[in-house]
Amino acid sequence: MRYVVAKDSREAVALLNTGEGARLLSGGTDVLVQMKLSGVAPDMLIDIKRIDGFNTISAEDSGFRIGATVSGAKMGAHPALKTLWPGVVEAVELIGSTQVQGRATMAGNLCNGSPAADSVPAMIAAEAVARIEGPDGTRDVPIAALLKGPGKTHLAKAELISSIFLPARAARAGDAYLRFIPRTEMDIAVASAGVSLEVDENSVVTKAVVALGAVAPTVVSVPEAAAALIGTKLDAAALEACAKACTAACNPIDDKRGTAEFRTKVAGVMATRAAKIAYARAGGQQ
Amino acid sequence: MSKIHVTTNVNGDSVEFLCEPDEVLLDVLRDRLNLTGAKEGCGTGDCGACSVTIDGRLVASCLVLGAEAEGRVIETVEGIGSAKDLHPLQRHLLEHAALQCGVCTPGIIVAAKALLAENPDPTEEEARYWLAGNLCRCTGYDKIIRAVLSAATEMRGENA
Repeated sequence: MRYVVAKDSREAVALLNTGEGARLLSGGTDVLVQMKLSGVAPDMLIDIKRIDGFNTISAEDSGFRIGATVSGAKMGAHPALKTLWPGVVEAVELIGSTQVQGRATMAGNLCNGSPAADSVPAMIAAEAVARIEGPDGTRDVPIAALLKGPGKTHLAKAELISSIFLPARAARAGDAYLRFIPRTEMDIAVASAGVSLEVDENSVVTKAVVALGAVAPTVVSVPEAAAALIGTKLDAAALEACAKACTAACNPIDDKRGTAEFRTKVAGVMATRAAKIAYARAGGQQ
Repeated sequence: MSKIHVTTNVNGDSVEFLCEPDEVLLDVLRDRLNLTGAKEGCGTGDCGACSVTIDGRLVASCLVLGAEAEGRVIETVEGIGSAKDLHPLQRHLLEHAALQCGVCTPGIIVAAKALLAENPDPTEEEARYWLAGNLCRCTGYDKIIRAVLSAATEMRGENA
């Protein structure tokens, strides 16, 4: 195996394009584990951490651009980012231990393609956009459009994510992420939900995005669940309708972490609880 | 496979080594630099026994390539205290009998030092969450947490 430090994204793309056996190395918390446990044996690891801008969080158009190799620990130590998108940061910070947080990245969490990826429902709720560099140039793609199936994304050959953009938000807005795990820390979501809301001066929800994790082959956005919240002040009927829509959107597997039935039930509970937190963060008062 | 030449800084000393491209930092520390404080528990980033800091950030050295250390600043347990002058964390771990087999202890010390650098006055809950990635099969954790919190008290210059 070769280890190569890419100087810029063009070089990284060119190296990816040379063959099937090249993998990117950012935080390494997935690829190095796969090499150890799953027989993944790349011919080349392309370290992208030293590319200009890849390791920085920068303010842009009243939002934030998160470089592809920015660690969870670095996001958690950025007060302005936490203020703007608390739900996204809390989702990222749930990934692994403190040690894993020191290296793991949001872009890597997305590219790993897990339906249970903690940051992905939160990014979809935030309407985050990935910036992709490839042989044909640069393109910006909403996160939701990149999800394909377990372990798979719609990135084309030799494409890489260089950054993820978290947009500006309205004055009265809030987001939240919750997951169910059978222990208190260091586990993979059995069911999870990311919710982002905007409210008007009367605390009525004017915009909502609801996304669920670990209940389908990919993280799923549930527009029907979002619609159930819009025009309400999160009264009991609205929350019940939201949970019902979440249940209808679930298509989970049974595994050792939870049964399909349990996941389907809990997804709605996570979504309604996350909605309440997002609503409070938006300044909504019932 | 040709070896990679790496220049880095470990515990304040400039260090050079040659490593294989797929060799992890933990193996470089133990087998090439004779720094055997960091332990391999799982090799997959789950147990924390191999904890070190890189540029001040706590990481699992089994999930870092040796080659990635180029130009970085690495701190291991060997850089914390000395036999004659133990770091308060080391002293309090001993005083609380917060270890039995000792395999997890170097990682606990490195991780706890990183915690106190960021948060000199952690709550018990904060300490438990921070150290959730450091597994110990002997103590049941309670003594470790008490030792870390009492070391923190001493380091803040308060009476325990």
